[in-house]
Amino acid sequence: MAQDRELLVSVHDLQKAFGEREILKGISFDIYRGDVVCVIGPSGSGKSTLIRCINYLEHPTGGDICYRGESVMKHFKKLTQFRTKVGMVFQSFNLFNNMTVLENCTVGQIKVLGKSKEEAKETALRYLKHVGMDSYVNAKPHQLSGGQKQRVAIARALALEPEVLLMDEPTSALDPEMVGEVLRVIRDLAESGFTMVIVTHEMAFARDVSNRVIFIDQGVIAEDDAPDVLFKNPKNPRTKEFLGRFQQ
Amino acid sequence: MPTTFFGWVFFLMEEYGPVLLTGAGVTLLLAVVGTFIGCLIGLVVGIIQTIPMEDNDSTFKKATIKLTQRLLDAYVEVFRGTPMIVQAMVVYYGAMSVFNIDMSPMFAGFFVVSINTGAYMAETVRGGIESVDPGQKEAAIAIGMDHFQIMYNVILPQALRNVMPQLGNNLIINIKDTSVLNVISVTELYFASKSAAGVYYKYFEIFFLTCVIYFIMTFTASRLLRWVESKMDGPKDYQLVNYDPMADPCGHVPLPTKKQKGRFD
Ligand SMILES: Nc1ncnc2c1ncn2[C@@H]1O[C@H](COP(=O)(O)OP(=O)(O)OP(=O)(O)O)[C@@H](O)[C@H]1O
Ligand SMILES: [Mg+2]
Repeated sequence: MAQDRELLVSVHDLQKAFGEREILKGISFDIYRGDVVCVIGPSGSGKSTLIRCINYLEHPTGGDICYRGESVMKHFKKLTQFRTKVGMVFQSFNLFNNMTVLENCTVGQIKVLGKSKEEAKETALRYLKHVGMDSYVNAKPHQLSGGQKQRVAIARALALEPEVLLMDEPTSALDPEMVGEVLRVIRDLAESGFTMVIVTHEMAFARDVSNRVIFIDQGVIAEDDAPDVLFKNPKNPRTKEFLGRFQQ
Repeated sequence: MPTTFFGWVFFLMEEYGPVLLTGAGVTLLLAVVGTFIGCLIGLVVGIIQTIPMEDNDSTFKKATIKLTQRLLDAYVEVFRGTPMIVQAMVVYYGAMSVFNIDMSPMFAGFFVVSINTGAYMAETVRGGIESVDPGQKEAAIAIGMDHFQIMYNVILPQALRNVMPQLGNNLIINIKDTSVLNVISVTELYFASKSAAGVYYKYFEIFFLTCVIYFIMTFTASRLLRWVESKMDGPKDYQLVNYDPMADPCGHVPLPTKKQKGRFD
């Protein structure tokens, strides 16, 4: 089945150490078009580090990351193009505070992709509409609620029309009543076939939305399976223990 | 001759008003131009001081950056760490005896105020740049922007807004502190007042007037900068476009189908 699917990003034996401390100890997995991969695991297991390494916010200390079969680590010149293909959504939104909602979504298109203002605006509006934030184009980030900020951040990432979206705990910084609106946007993206890697602590959401769940523990992939299997019949005792904590 | 305090004040105002006002003009000119050039210096120095060193930079590039940063550190420390009155003497007389340059007192004044303000502003700008939360920089990196684009579009606009109060502070300090330039005979307000006071030996009366003039200048500068700051902040509220409270927060519009593209294009 995997053969006829399009391979987008592959992570080979990825390692990351901060000084002497090894955080990632050889992680490998492939992301195919249409995949929704949820990454779960205990706090401090290296989930954020993994996501940040994939898009080079942290420099891996070993292994390789390939985009469509081509190593990104060996072709640093292509890093910018790679980054426009692999979008990122942060836990703390990280909107540009000096720009309006619209400008947040157009600046990358104009400066990095070299699009015209009009073209960028049109694309930005399309995605802002998709996340339900098109009426807020003139607002500044500090005038928005957390959920609204995160929806704008998703639109900003989408506006570059990436092929893969990486999300690091997109709802963890939100008040409980705002989690729903952001999850709905992500679910909607998943249903329209968008490729995503999502680090999350929302187990029910992970089960619903993903076609694959990766459980990371102590810097290695402890289990990697379809959500039905991983959540119902975890093979690894550590997965069982971790999931057990959420069932109470 | 007047007999009361205010009598003297009005008398001296009539007699020496134009002289004091000319002095005030010189003071303002020195302070405004010096602050402006100082800010430009500070901006450049602050930006250079915060250039990050990437792992994959060449050794030559790293060494050049490091050396430049050390030299600029020295500049900042020296000019922050010595009194402007002494700097004025050293620059004015030093230029004459060492380099044989006979600069006008006015030129030396501009030079000293600019370079002094530059040293303070460099630190302020550095602080302003570092105070922008690093998450925004990461977000900008993640959408593919390079260091220059990030600085210009994201960091500097916010850093500069953050340094505005300090810029105002520096302007006010400069309006007052250009008075030390009287030691190299720059005919600014303090110098003019001292000359005027000497004629009738009415120091208190003249300097009362001087005091009022300084205060008017600093107070105006302070209010003006507040106004500029509020202009920079833009409107306090925003208008919703096509506001529709019942709108489904997501959905409705299908994701545009993506064109299949070649690798990395
Ligand atoms: N820049 C850094 N320098 C040193 N250690 C770091 C750095 N960044 C992360 N770490 C360490 O790496 C480990 C993994 O961190 P990471 O943020 O990836 O965990 P996580 O799985 O995302 O946890 P959480 O669920 O709490 O977000 C932690 O022990 C953390 O202290
Ligand atoms: Mg994390």
